[in-house]
Amino acid sequence: MGSTGDGISDMGCGVDCDQAVRQLYDYLDGELTDERRHEIAEHLDYCSPCSGAAEFEAELRHVIADRCRDRVPDSLLQRVADCIEAERNGEAPAARRGVGAPPS
Amino acid sequence: MEHMPGLYSAAMRMTRNAADAEDLVQETYLRAYRAFATFTEGTNLRAWLYRILTNTYINSYRAAKRRPQIADVEDVEDLYLYRRIGPGDGSAGRSAEDEALDSFTDDEVKAAIESLPDAFRIAVLLADVEGFSYKEIAEITDVPIGTVMSRIHRGRRALQKALHDFVESRGLVGTGRAAE
Repeated sequence: MGSTGDGISDMGCGVDCDQAVRQLYDYLDGELTDERRHEIAEHLDYCSPCSGAAEFEAELRHVIADRCRDRVPDSLLQRVADCIEAERNGEAPAARRGVGAPPS
Repeated sequence: MEHMPGLYSAAMRMTRNAADAEDLVQETYLRAYRAFATFTEGTNLRAWLYRILTNTYINSYRAAKRRPQIADVEDVEDLYLYRRIGPGDGSAGRSAEDEALDSFTDDEVKAAIESLPDAFRIAVLLADVEGFSYKEIAEITDVPIGTVMSRIHRGRRALQKALHDFVESRGLVGTGRAAE
């Protein structure tokens, strides 16, 4: 395996590569305490293998979010609008009859 | 209906087909309309809608087909993809791993997500595509936050494995360090 996570010591700041890699997702997700986030950030500042990995993971997340957008069909917008309108008028749509609350 | 694009995309990943996704979104809006009295003003409307979407999917659509189970998924190590397609030599400029990331098509990424078992797929979708926090995902899916974290982490590793399978099938593999 490569160098990331393979034994760069903590250089006195309390985080080694293994720990940084293990907490990388929590770090990128903004889910660490301020103190821990600062420690990981410090490790990434001096450890280029780990910071390369962190950049890659962040970029991968952008790619995933970016590739997963589907265009809403116009017909669906209309269907939902019609369905809510029917519900508002107390006419339960045929497919859903009997499921919902009584008409007001 | 400002949330519909996100809800529809999430519904597509959950149900894996347009007809079911449209039904799921319609049902979500209908249930939200009926339950709107129970929604507390000032709280998170978007998370509330995703909660209805997720519950409706789990209750109405999930049982229909045989799905991959968590036990079917091989767990892989952290940085699975990075260790295989990166890194370059660390020099400035456009690196091999950026090119590899750019090369993923919409269809590949969607298929990779859709290959995950429900629990992983929903957690990864809500975190990485929809950008919800661990706490919000715990509320949306009604599971403890520790379970959410574990599903997101394992789900991401499984997603990286699925994405790497596409790289491999294109024959682009072999430059990474782990390909020894």
